[in-house]
Amino acid sequence: MAQNVIEIAHLTKQYGEKTAVNDLNLSIREGEVFGLLGPNGAGKTTTILMLLGLTEPTAGSALICGMNCTRNPLEVKSVVGYLPDNVGFYGDMTGRQNLRFTGRLNGLDGKELEERIDQLLERVGMTEAADRRAGTYSKGMRQRLGIADVLIKDPKIIIMDEPTLGIDPEGMRELLALIRQLSEEDGRTLLISSHQLQQIQQVCDRVGIFVDGSLVASGTLPELEEQMRRDGGFLLELGVQPYDDRILGMLYQQPGVTNITREKDRFLIASSQDIRGDLTKFLGNNGYTVLHLHQRGGDLDEIYRRYFEKAGQNDERDNFEKKNRHGWKHRKTEAH
Amino acid sequence: MKRKTGTAGSTEKQRRISGSVGRKALFRKELADHLSSRRFLILLLLIATTSFASLYGAVSGIADTLADDSSYAFLKLYSSSGSSVPSFMSFIALLGPIVGLALGFDAVNSERSNGTLNRLVAQPIYRDAIIVGKFLAGTAVIAAIIYSVGIVMGTVGILVTGIRPDVEQVARVLIFLTFTVVYIAFWLALSILFSVVCRHAATSALASIAVWVFFAMFMSLVANIVANAVYPVDNEYNAMLNSLSNYNLRAGLNRLSPYYLYSEAVSTIMDPTMRTVNVVTVNQVVGALSSYLSLGQSLLLVWPHLTGLAALMLIAFGVSYVGFMRQEVRSN
Repeated sequence: MAQNVIEIAHLTKQYGEKTAVNDLNLSIREGEVFGLLGPNGAGKTTTILMLLGLTEPTAGSALICGMNCTRNPLEVKSVVGYLPDNVGFYGDMTGRQNLRFTGRLNGLDGKELEERIDQLLERVGMTEAADRRAGTYSKGMRQRLGIADVLIKDPKIIIMDEPTLGIDPEGMRELLALIRQLSEEDGRTLLISSHQLQQIQQVCDRVGIFVDGSLVASGTLPELEEQMRRDGGFLLELGVQPYDDRILGMLYQQPGVTNITREKDRFLIASSQDIRGDLTKFLGNNGYTVLHLHQRGGDLDEIYRRYFEKAGQNDERDNFEKKNRHGWKHRKTEAH
Repeated sequence: MKRKTGTAGSTEKQRRISGSVGRKALFRKELADHLSSRRFLILLLLIATTSFASLYGAVSGIADTLADDSSYAFLKLYSSSGSSVPSFMSFIALLGPIVGLALGFDAVNSERSNGTLNRLVAQPIYRDAIIVGKFLAGTAVIAAIIYSVGIVMGTVGILVTGIRPDVEQVARVLIFLTFTVVYIAFWLALSILFSVVCRHAATSALASIAVWVFFAMFMSLVANIVANAVYPVDNEYNAMLNSLSNYNLRAGLNRLSPYYLYSEAVSTIMDPTMRTVNVVTVNQVVGALSSYLSLGQSLLLVWPHLTGLAALMLIAFGVSYVGFMRQEVRSN
């Protein structure tokens, strides 16, 4: 069993009235790729900033490799690489010069630094564009240079904030491959925050679902699925021919069925157990044709949606809150 | 396990985690940024052009100036104004702030809006190294501009006029240039402060220019109005009663302005005949020798001004420092 490199206990952050992060407990093991999933404004970035010692928590603590993130930010930042969302570079300097500057900030210099820069440029596929001014780079190139920038200090842990935002599908594929590589070949630990599930799903060992400042669930995908079932039971989509009212009454008679709703031309059947086997037999005996049968809850999308429902959330409200946070009034309270 | 960039964290031992590494790298980068920027060239051109215009004015009028008083001729290259061209001293007092403001108005907010700030603070450096590095690099650039232009100007003046300066005059010029650097560094600190407070570079540029215009042009008006309201001198009786208090209040208010403070200080340094910066009564002058003030005495006269300017600079920088340290890093 690998040891925990990130240890978060009762971490809380309040901005005035609003609680951005609420009593967060989380452990991330060495070499793991952990996906922090949640809608905009759920507190993901705040959590990351606290991990880097850039924001002081209201309560609780975060440890990275046994070092307190608030007390020893310098030591923590020398082992943690951070790729912020919308990473930026000095436009007047070339990509290479930008990397060199970061290297110097990390106490590297001379031949060692130059070699590492060349290596990393090669690795992220930026060798050709390296001597162009960074101001001319596209979003995807900035992202790639950002990854090289993070790797300059050769970090044990890499934190990426919304790395998949605004990347084209080809860039996305490369990015995900690189993430896998960083984890499997280099043995680095990765913490990736995102609200785009499809992409993250492919690379993460474990995910945590973060809603309104609280971690509502965490674990591997099968674990989450399992947990989902225990909490909410099964949800079955059923389309039959003929689609009449008689069937509704008959479905209610089935053992385990707790609720049925209509959705367009389908029934949504909630049950406490897997009824697929019994149901198909029953329908066949009564002369119904099954047109559609799908057990919901298998993919992350569904899990994600269900957890949001559970937490009484929807994306729109969160977006609205995030917008409000941009306002002057809130900024003023944040400063205190 | 195959590793491409060496074992993760393997260089930890060789790496020194110390603030001074980061501070040095930041200072170097900021300095290189300034020196290679078009902005620096424009500022240098502006200062150099105005300096030589004023030198030309001073040289062309120097015969008349020296006819009145032929001592301290070298200083007159800086302080006298020729035909319709203001002197170097008044040019610098007016235009110097532009240099400071131009170097600092986007120091922090452009990093923030470009998304480089959060990348920077994630490096193992102390956060204050960023703002200290910016301020020191800016001050170094200011010092480079002012000393080089000032010294070149003096040299050209010597070559053209054949005036031979003595040590005291050279010392006075160097002190004058030092005052100027502190004065402009104050404006740099002020513009950095605005760049911390304002989110957009344009806003902070406008705000700092507004402060500059206010102090350079309107502060004396305001001081006049306030002094006349508090101690009216509108009729003879009032004038007799209030003129001294009126003058003192007006001077006191004016000295709140760095522009006035600087002008008063450097005109005292550059003019040894200036014996006092305040009102003296006839009684106080009785028995005074009619001679020039020595350098030490001139300096003593404006020591409070230097302290005041340095304090203003440090306060402006201190506020921006604290503001920056307490500010949220996130860009949105």
